[in-house]
Amino acid sequence: MEAFLVSMIVAATPLLFAATGELVAERSGVLNLGVEGMMLLGAVAAFAVALSTGSSTLGIVAGAAAGAGAAALFALVALGFTANQAATGLALAIFGTGVSGLIGQGYVGNAIDPLAPLLAAESLPDHPALRIILGRDAMVYLALALAIAVWFYLTRTRSGLKLRAIGDDADSAHSVGLKVLPSRFAAVLFGGACAGLAGAYLSLAYTPLWGENMTAGRGWIALALVVFAGWGPIRVIFGAYLFAAASLSQFYGNALGLSIPSQFLAMTPYLATILALVVISAAGARYNAPAMLGLPFRPTR
Amino acid sequence: MLERRVSPSPVLAILSPVIAVALTIIAGFALFAALGKDPVKAMEIYFLSPFADAYNRSELLVKAIPLALIGSGLAICFRAGVFNIGAPGQYTLGAIFAGGVALHAPEGAAMIWLLPLTLAAGFVGGMLWGWIPAFLRVVSGANVILVSLMLTYVAALLLDWLVRGPWTDPQGRGFPKSALFPDGALMPVLLPGTRLHWGLALAVVAALALAWMLSRTRRGFGIRAMGLAPKAAAFAGFSEAKTITYVMLVSGGLAGLAGAVEVTSTIQQLQPDIAAGYGFAAIIVAFLGRLNPIGALIAALALAVTYIGGENAQILLKLPKNAAFVFQGMLLFFLLACDTLIHYRLRLRRVAGG
Repeated sequence: MEAFLVSMIVAATPLLFAATGELVAERSGVLNLGVEGMMLLGAVAAFAVALSTGSSTLGIVAGAAAGAGAAALFALVALGFTANQAATGLALAIFGTGVSGLIGQGYVGNAIDPLAPLLAAESLPDHPALRIILGRDAMVYLALALAIAVWFYLTRTRSGLKLRAIGDDADSAHSVGLKVLPSRFAAVLFGGACAGLAGAYLSLAYTPLWGENMTAGRGWIALALVVFAGWGPIRVIFGAYLFAAASLSQFYGNALGLSIPSQFLAMTPYLATILALVVISAAGARYNAPAMLGLPFRPTR
Repeated sequence: MLERRVSPSPVLAILSPVIAVALTIIAGFALFAALGKDPVKAMEIYFLSPFADAYNRSELLVKAIPLALIGSGLAICFRAGVFNIGAPGQYTLGAIFAGGVALHAPEGAAMIWLLPLTLAAGFVGGMLWGWIPAFLRVVSGANVILVSLMLTYVAALLLDWLVRGPWTDPQGRGFPKSALFPDGALMPVLLPGTRLHWGLALAVVAALALAWMLSRTRRGFGIRAMGLAPKAAAFAGFSEAKTITYVMLVSGGLAGLAGAVEVTSTIQQLQPDIAAGYGFAAIIVAFLGRLNPIGALIAALALAVTYIGGENAQILLKLPKNAAFVFQGMLLFFLLACDTLIHYRLRLRRVAGG
């Protein structure tokens, strides 16, 4: 049970990073399907920098920067050229998979020390549950803090309110003088940086090495998670831990006394997301779904 | 700044794919040089080796078959403004349904109907997986992009379970594979000595039929009208719900057929990795082929080049398997950007008073 809880926290962290970032982009009205590609680029950049400098902090920064750089490419085509957002996002997912494979080729087989726990083991309290919660690395807490900060930003600040207005009705937002494209650009870059952090967590902490396609579909799960959570940052936190538990059930299923084939357990996040999507869509505006999600915006005057 | 053209540029509409391919090659050259790999050699292997000899050329067609089948269906879908990105899942369901028929056919007896039945089952499987997002969109307004994407992963897990569980080969020594399909369920070879099979004819016939439907029938007019002006199409009496359902059934069915064709020709059994990224690559095919089923046939050949080039580069240059995706991704980026210039022109400065 203890091992399961530790694995769940570790598995939830990259999902939480990526989904929090994607949530901000989507609340601004931009659907970026390229999360998987941005995560892979973040993972390879973080690993390469951490290996060559010996500093995992620099690695984390490099991961975020690589994710943001990839997102800038998406923003240029999808926002600058007002191309179809879904197609542009897929281009980024495909491109990121390819480029990360090329860059990472020289790093396959290298290993680094995983991220150390934030607090030293001897300074932790004796209570086993507290040791599980407090004995993790800094990025686990950073992901949680980021999601809470995003919640605060979106619901408690003027700037966050403006971003949501842009996501719901860009034309009206534009007509009252809000800067639609710069705001969306910033939101997409933030989403990319978060996806890069998610990738960095995978290659620096989760499995401290680089392997081709090492995200293994987590970018797509993060996309599902945003929808599942009804575009709410706090619900994303719970969803990330829930999805992580579902993804781990294939390893712990027998130990936990489950007799369902692991594949069906692994399906549950996707099926739950479809269900959530149907409920949210049928209920309409009572949820946070951005009204202009995926629709291009071009200022007319 | 981008400024809207009075009418779309017909020249750019045709030139855009050519420009995008050229830019992809130039950018690929620069990228390989920047990564310290010999760019001339790499470009030669990626773009010229697939045409080098008869074997490579036949393999090019083999790879183009599933891409053309899926891509021409997606062209119809995108024309209607319905963004089905779940083709990988529809492909997988097609393969599962086809495998279900092929693996459970009674033994013995020469069965002339087995292959047609297997392929039809694949079509139905793809249709089913395409119908679900259409149905949910119609009844609740759920986003087709997101639902079809989620179903892709459900399909992959379903296949994984089948080949490790109920349909695993008893003689397979624990490998996640089904038994080999019986001969009666296999696609006949078209060109002896190669792997080129009759799926090629299916792809050509499907593209021609769709092109005819799109340009010559009332339904095709409704699809085009809905893509260009949804409100006008609804006003003219074309049901949005019916059009969405129709294009999702057609594109899902063709993706399913592609999956069935692939498992009855080159793979000949079910295994977890049957898709090879065809479902997403076919989206590039649809755009590169100008959302026209005939165009998709030609575009499928272009995308097949990245597959064969990628395989050759993996062997000759020891490049990673995924490196070919670099070209696919760049091609789609450049294509989407170039396509904007069909409707807009670049202006360095804002027009006075604008």
